[in-house]
Amino acid sequence: MQKIANSLDFYASALELRSKRNNILASNIANAATPHFKARDFEFSDALRRVDGAGPLRTTNSQHIATGEIGSGTLGYRQSLNPSFDGNTVELGVEQMEFSENVIRYQTSLTFLNNRISGLKSAIRGE
Amino acid sequence: MNSSNNINNVFDIAGRAMASQMVRLNTIASNLANAQSISSSREEAYRALRPVFETKYAADAEKTGMSTLDTNSIVQIDREPEKIHMPDHPKADDRGFIYVAAVEPEEEMVDMLDANRQYQNNIEVVTTMRALMMRTINMGQ
Repeated sequence: MQKIANSLDFYASALELRSKRNNILASNIANAATPHFKARDFEFSDALRRVDGAGPLRTTNSQHIATGEIGSGTLGYRQSLNPSFDGNTVELGVEQMEFSENVIRYQTSLTFLNNRISGLKSAIRGE
Repeated sequence: MNSSNNINNVFDIAGRAMASQMVRLNTIASNLANAQSISSSREEAYRALRPVFETKYAADAEKTGMSTLDTNSIVQIDREPEKIHMPDHPKADDRGFIYVAAVEPEEEMVDMLDANRQYQNNIEVVTTMRALMMRTINMGQ
C-alpha cells in the first residue's frame, strides 16, 4: 500500500499547493479595489521542493513545526509594475494571468494523477 | 458584514467581495437617482454616498494568504452642493436660492464601470474554481 501511496503522493501535494495558490490569487482579485491592500503570492517550485523533500514526517506534538505548509516566511508580497495612487499593489492583468496559469497547471496535475490512477487500476484488474 | 465568521474557501472570498461590490453599485444607483435633486438649504442637500472598503483577513492569513473584502462603512463625501439663484422655484429659500445635489454623474459612471468589472472578475474566479472542484471530485473515474 505504501508504494501505491508513494506513486500518487507527488501529484497530490502539487495539487494541494496549486489549490492554496488559487485561493491566494482569488484573494488578490477580491481586493483589487481596496486601498492599501498588498498582493500576496508564493514561489510554487520552492514550496513544492520543500513538501516533496520533507518525507513522511508527522507532527505529533503541538510544538512541532509542520512540514509542507506554506509558512509565514514563504508567503511574499508582489512587486507591482505600476504602483497605484491608493497604495494598492494588485494589478488585475497580472493576477488574472497568474490565476489562469495556475488553473491550467492544476488541471495538468489532476490529469497526471488521473492517468496514474487508471494505470494502477488496469494493473490491478490485470487486463 | 458579519465579522465573526472565518474565510475558508474561494466561495467566502469571492462571495463577500461580490457583496461589497454590490453595495458599491447600490450607492452609485442612489447617487445617480439623486443627481438632480433640489433642496432649500445647504445642510439638507444630497451629497454622494461612498462605501469604505476594508480587507478582511482570514484568521490564519499568514499561513493561507486568504483574505476578502468587507464594507466598513458608507460615508457622504465632503463636497458643497451647487447654489443657484432661482426665486421662482417652489423650493427656493427666503433669499431665492436652491441647492442642487453634490453628485457628479460622470464620476459615478466611471465608478460604476469599475465596480461592474470587479464584480465580473470575482464571478469568473468562482466559475473557474467550481469547474476545477467538479473535476477533482470526479478524480479516478
